[in-house]
Amino acid sequence: MAEVTYLEALRAGLREEMRRDERVFILGEDVGPYGGAFKVTEGFVEEFGEARVVDTPISEAAIVGAAAGAAHLGMRPVAEMQFIDFISCAYDMLTNYVATARYRAGLPCPIVVRGPCGGYVRGGPFHSQMPEAAFLHTPGLKIVCPATARDAKGLIKAAIRDDDPVLYFEHKYLYRRIKEELPEDGDLVTPIGSARVAREGKDLSIVTYSAMVWKSLEAAEILEKEDGLRVEVLDLRTLLPMDDAAIAATVRKTNKVMIVHEDTRTGGIAGEITARINETAFEWLDGPVLRVTAADTPLPYAPTLEDYVLPQTADIVTVARRLAAY
Amino acid sequence: MTAPDARRPEAAPSVAPPARGGPEAGATARPAAARADAPSALPAGLGRPQLLELYYFMRLTRALEERLTNLYRQGKVIGGLFRSLGQEADSVGSAYALDRGAGDFLSPLIRNLGSLLVMGARPVDVLRQYMAKATSPTRGRELNVHFGDLEHGFLGQISHLGDMVPVMAGITLTFRMRGERRVGLVYVGDGAMSTGAFHEGMNLAASRRLPLVVIAENNGYAYSTRLDRQTAVKRLADKAKAYGVPGERADGNDVLAVFEVTRRAVERARAGEGVTLIELLTYRRKGHAEHDNQSYVPKEELARWERDDPIDRYAAQLEERGWASAEARAAADARVARELDAAVAEAEHEPLPEPVTALEAVYAEPAAQPAAWYREAPRG
Repeated sequence: MAEVTYLEALRAGLREEMRRDERVFILGEDVGPYGGAFKVTEGFVEEFGEARVVDTPISEAAIVGAAAGAAHLGMRPVAEMQFIDFISCAYDMLTNYVATARYRAGLPCPIVVRGPCGGYVRGGPFHSQMPEAAFLHTPGLKIVCPATARDAKGLIKAAIRDDDPVLYFEHKYLYRRIKEELPEDGDLVTPIGSARVAREGKDLSIVTYSAMVWKSLEAAEILEKEDGLRVEVLDLRTLLPMDDAAIAATVRKTNKVMIVHEDTRTGGIAGEITARINETAFEWLDGPVLRVTAADTPLPYAPTLEDYVLPQTADIVTVARRLAAY
Repeated sequence: MTAPDARRPEAAPSVAPPARGGPEAGATARPAAARADAPSALPAGLGRPQLLELYYFMRLTRALEERLTNLYRQGKVIGGLFRSLGQEADSVGSAYALDRGAGDFLSPLIRNLGSLLVMGARPVDVLRQYMAKATSPTRGRELNVHFGDLEHGFLGQISHLGDMVPVMAGITLTFRMRGERRVGLVYVGDGAMSTGAFHEGMNLAASRRLPLVVIAENNGYAYSTRLDRQTAVKRLADKAKAYGVPGERADGNDVLAVFEVTRRAVERARAGEGVTLIELLTYRRKGHAEHDNQSYVPKEELARWERDDPIDRYAAQLEERGWASAEARAAADARVARELDAAVAEAEHEPLPEPVTALEAVYAEPAAQPAAWYREAPRG
C-alpha cells in the first residue's frame, strides 16, 4: 500500500490503462512535453510517445470531434479539457454529435472527456465551474465525479473501458489535498452507475458528490458531536446514470433527505434528484427534500465573495438542523 | 440586379481548372474534334468502363432523387427532400477519386447523395431513410442521407454544419497512428465554411498534416444566403492560405475535372503531404429543400446553369470523344431505371418502426431506456 493523492491516483489510472490497451491515447492542450496544466499527464509523452499523447491547438470542438472520429474506428481516446470550464466550447460536439452517435447511426463513440472542475481555489468565473447539469440533460452521455483518490483511479479506468462516451469531472481542489492508501498492484475499477455510502447514519441523509462529499462529512461530524444526529452521507460518484436504488435506500432508511452540490441552484442536479424521490419514495419522507447549493451567480474571484457564493460546511449544518426538526 | 456570375466557368476564364501535368490530363479541355471511330486518349488514367461508371453514378443520383420527388409528392417521404440537381458531377467525381479498396473514407453533406452511391450505399436504403422505414440503416431514427456505413467507408453526418471536419480529422489521425495509408475526404459548403467547427477541424488537420481532402462545394447559396453575404473572400480556395495548405479550384460541373483535382489531392494526402482544400464551382438548381421555391434566385441565373447541366455535358463528351456510345449510355440508363424500380418496390410498402424501439440503443448498456409507467414497456 502506498499513500497517493487524488491527482496521483488519476494519473496512475490513466497510465495503467495506456499500458494495458494500446488503443488508449490522450489528446488535449499542453498535455505532451509540458504534462498538462495540472501535470496529470506528466511523464506520459516520454513513456508513450507523441503519437499517443497528442498536443492540439486551442480547439475544444476539434479535440472532442477528433476523439469521436478515432473512437468510431475502435480507438479509446481520452480528451483533456485544460479547465472543465472550456467544455462549453465543445457543447455542440458533445451533445449533438457524440451523444447521438450510437442512437442515430449505430456508431460506437467510446471517448472520455476529462478535466478539472470546481471552485474554492480563487479561480474566478472561468476556472471554477461545475458543468454537470448542462450535460445531465443529454441522453447518450455518462457523467462521473470522483470524490476520493480511490474513485479518481477507479472511475477513470471504468470510463476508459466503457463503450459509451463518459464525461469525467475531477475536482481541482481535491487534486493534492486528498490522500489515500491504495494497493499498488491489482486492477482497481469503480463501476459506473454505482453510489457509495461514505458515512452510515439513521437520522438524516445527505446526497452529494465531488468535493461536497468532504464538506458533508465535516458537517456530519459536527452534527453528531453537537446534536447527537447520525447523518448518512451518500456519495453518488456517477451522476448519469444515477444510482436510483442507492438514493431510494437511504430515503427509506432515514426518511429525511437533503442534497448538497457546488453547482448553482436553478436547474441544478438537486432538482432532478428531488423529483425522483418525490415520484418513487414520497410516502417514505418525513420532511421536505432540502437543498444546499451555490447561489445563482457566476463564480466571483475575491475570497470573501467566492466563500459567500459557494456552499460551506456551516450551511450544511444549518440546513440539516432545520430538516432534523421535522 | 444580379452581379455577374463569377462562378460560371465559361464567363470567367480564371475559374478554369488549374493546369495539369501529363499528356492525357488535358483531355477535358480539348476541342471536340475527335471522331467516334478514333476515340480521344482516355483522360485521367480512367478506362472506358470507369468513364461509363461515372456516367452511371450521375444518372443514378439524379434518377433516385426524381423517384424521391414523386414519393415526396405522394406524401410518402416523411420529412424534407434535399436535391443535388446540377451538383451530381462534384459528388460523383470527387468520391470516385478515393481508393475504396484501400479503405479510404468520406463524410458527405446533404447534397452528396452521389458520393454515398459511389461508396456503395444502396438506393433502397436511401429510399428507406427518406420514408422512415424500420428497415432503414438508422431504423427510422435519422433522416435522408444522414446515415453511414463504416465498412463501406462513409460516415453519417449531423445537421450542424462543420462538425464533420473535426470528426474526419480524428478519423485521419487514427489512420496516421495506425500507420495505415488511408485517406479521408470531407465535404463542406460555402455555408459550412463560416462555422467555428470547420475552422477548428481544418486547423487541427492542417497543423498535423493529416491525410485529409476538404472539398468546398461552392453552389452559390446557403439556404437563401448568397456567397457574398457569407464571406468576404471571392474564392473559397483562398481560405486555404490561412491554414498553410494548398487551395485548388475546379469546375464542379465537369466530372473529369473534379476527379482529377481530387485525385491529385488524394495522392498528396496518401504521400504524407497533408491537407488540400478544393473549391468546386457548381450551382444549386433547386431550393434548399423541396419546400423552398427559390424566390430569391434570379431566373436568368438559373437558366444559365440549366444550360450547363453536368450530366448533359458529360454525355456529350462521351459521345464526341468516342468514350461511350449512345447504346452504352442507354444501357446504363436502363440499368438505373431497373435498379430503382426494384428498390422502390422493395422499400415502398415496408413498415415504420415499432414505437417502443425508440427506447433502444441510447447506450450500449442498458440496451433500452426504461419506459415511463404510463407508456407501453419495451418487450422482452
